[in-house]
Amino acid sequence: MSNTTFTQQVVHRATFLERDSLTIPILKLLQADGTTFENAVLPQIDEALSRKIFDACVFIRTLDERMLAAQRQGRISFYMTCTGEEAAVIGSAAALEAEDVILAQYREHAALRYRGFTTEQFMHQMFSNEKDLGKGRQMPIHYGSKQLHFQTISSPLATQIPQAAGVGYSLKMQGKRNVAICYFGEGAASEGDFHAGMNMASVHKVPVIFFCRNNGYAISTPTAEQYAGNGIASRGLGYGMHTIRVDGNDMLAVLAATQQARAWAIEHSEPVLIEAMTYRLGAHSSSDDPSGYRSKDEEARWQQHDPVKRFKLWLINKGWLSEEDDAALHSRYRQEVLDALKVAEKVPSPKLDEIIEDVYDVPTANLKQQLEDLKTHVAKYPKAYPKSSGRL
Amino acid sequence: MAKMNMLQAINNALMLAMAADDKMLIFGEDVGHFGGVFRATSGLQDKFGKDRCFNTPLTEQGIAGFANGLASNGMTPVAEIQFADYIFPAFDQIVNESAKFRYRSGNQFNVAGLTFRTPYGGGIAGGHYHSQSPEAYFTQVAGLKVVVPRNAYQAKGLLLSAIHDPNPVIFFEPKRLYRASVNEVPEDAYELPLGKAEVVREGKDITLLAWGAQVDVIEKAAEMAAEDNIDCEVIDLRTLAPWDVATVATSVRKTGRLLINHEAPLTGGFAGEITATIQQECFLYLESPIARVCGLDTPYPLIHEKEYMPDALKTFEAIKASVNF
Repeated sequence: MSNTTFTQQVVHRATFLERDSLTIPILKLLQADGTTFENAVLPQIDEALSRKIFDACVFIRTLDERMLAAQRQGRISFYMTCTGEEAAVIGSAAALEAEDVILAQYREHAALRYRGFTTEQFMHQMFSNEKDLGKGRQMPIHYGSKQLHFQTISSPLATQIPQAAGVGYSLKMQGKRNVAICYFGEGAASEGDFHAGMNMASVHKVPVIFFCRNNGYAISTPTAEQYAGNGIASRGLGYGMHTIRVDGNDMLAVLAATQQARAWAIEHSEPVLIEAMTYRLGAHSSSDDPSGYRSKDEEARWQQHDPVKRFKLWLINKGWLSEEDDAALHSRYRQEVLDALKVAEKVPSPKLDEIIEDVYDVPTANLKQQLEDLKTHVAKYPKAYPKSSGRL
Repeated sequence: MAKMNMLQAINNALMLAMAADDKMLIFGEDVGHFGGVFRATSGLQDKFGKDRCFNTPLTEQGIAGFANGLASNGMTPVAEIQFADYIFPAFDQIVNESAKFRYRSGNQFNVAGLTFRTPYGGGIAGGHYHSQSPEAYFTQVAGLKVVVPRNAYQAKGLLLSAIHDPNPVIFFEPKRLYRASVNEVPEDAYELPLGKAEVVREGKDITLLAWGAQVDVIEKAAEMAAEDNIDCEVIDLRTLAPWDVATVATSVRKTGRLLINHEAPLTGGFAGEITATIQQECFLYLESPIARVCGLDTPYPLIHEKEYMPDALKTFEAIKASVNF
């Protein structure tokens, strides 16, 4: 049990490892024009899977565009887009089985869509209405679905990383041939919970895929101010973890890497780290304006690597999609999103009683008293509390 | 019945709970083959295997995060934090994650099976970082239960309740009683209710309230007061969140006086919450100001430990001051 995991090479002269002696290759399968590299080893993918992936891409683009506008109009309080990172998120989600557990940061609603979260469910969450599965308690985009094995998102960064190690361990103990997948950004990887979770998963041989979206920025902070090492991938090796770096704008590369990661994690009961190199094409959130910290030229350069466009060209080359299909899909989802938005914003808020539910399994005496006092107060000043006073 | 000290009672509770629930896992620093630095988990790895009782890397936030993940997917994790002084790296996982898991997800997900065990409290020459009583940091957190036993019998019954309670529970174990408290303890499983205080000694002149190792201290003070013909009612709060307002208020309406004792510093300590609540519930019954006998507002000192502690003598003085007010 002592330090015998790795063989030691002994030297007799002080010799430091060069800090850039480690080269980490990046997996690329798909070229900008939608053709694959000559020697590319493609993932398992057929027409049906391709269409399902593309469908989620178009939906998320449409949803992001429409809901960012809705936030600008003051109809919802907050929004975050996935723009530019659809291949990283959907490509990895498409490599999973339905009962693999997803733990996300917040920019992975595309994975939830891929699993079947409905347009209406997205809307109800964002409008915090009484049909929201989360009962209107969290900010917009903090989705969760027990049915789809997608654990509810929370704002504190990286907390889901050691949790994913625990979820993976539970799957192993329950004898399931499933993995947990844990998404996080390169900024979150600077949190202590990243270190804690990676090390716990490795030591305890947990079947979990750690999926890092390295999109260049944590709000305004560029990666040069986030770390001085070789990205996030180099750390995986330090934890004794199977590691790969992929082009995060290459749908086929992400899919291939995640398919293999899943197989490895289950077969060997070990964690795997995937670092997907991508670019956050949109603002950090609806509360952020990137023009204060990065150039339009830089954004324009990355527009040329649009992951959805690249995948679309591949589909067209394969004869599995036409420009007409693409246009029809966009217009169908524009309408669907708009219709659902109009419905969701008219659905009432959850009843005031919900404020004390689910703090514990049953409300305490203290909480019941606080609710009664609150209801009495709201009834006395109904105009000051329009969301609840009509439905006490 | 068997004679057990508090560690044996805790070990016995863990053994019984693990045998009854194959989803239960025990982990933390040094809890595996070694059985824990206090030996609370002794023999569990041999009996239940390395998959169910194991050492973790030395990372409190990792232990807490791992526990959250396990509980969120239907397991029953009982995680040990080696000393309550070292629970702070896990504060974020406990406060922002464990406590809010059910609420934030609309009850789609929860960490119902989760229990943290951690030795707390002074009196063992532990200095700053082996003596703290951090319960009040957690009593303000909606969604958590906070439980503290006072002897071996209590420890077993309350721990089994904590493990089976469908909410995350922090179970603080008074380490200076680990070997000092010896009781007759039933060998079978039994539970003591959470959220219920216990009247340990009945009296009519003043109510004394404490939890954990300090219950012993206020009992000693009550004996000293009895020699002065002061008849003290002694209550062990047992659960701090949610706490049993009714039992305390009923007692204070009878005695008209209340003294609260805890090791943690006075300012922001849990006695403040009890004082405010009882003052509101029992305003017309109080015959003297509610007294708080607590640790000083200093870090826990080494050489002046005896002076720092809210001991029986300080409590006795405060009882007399209250009765003579």
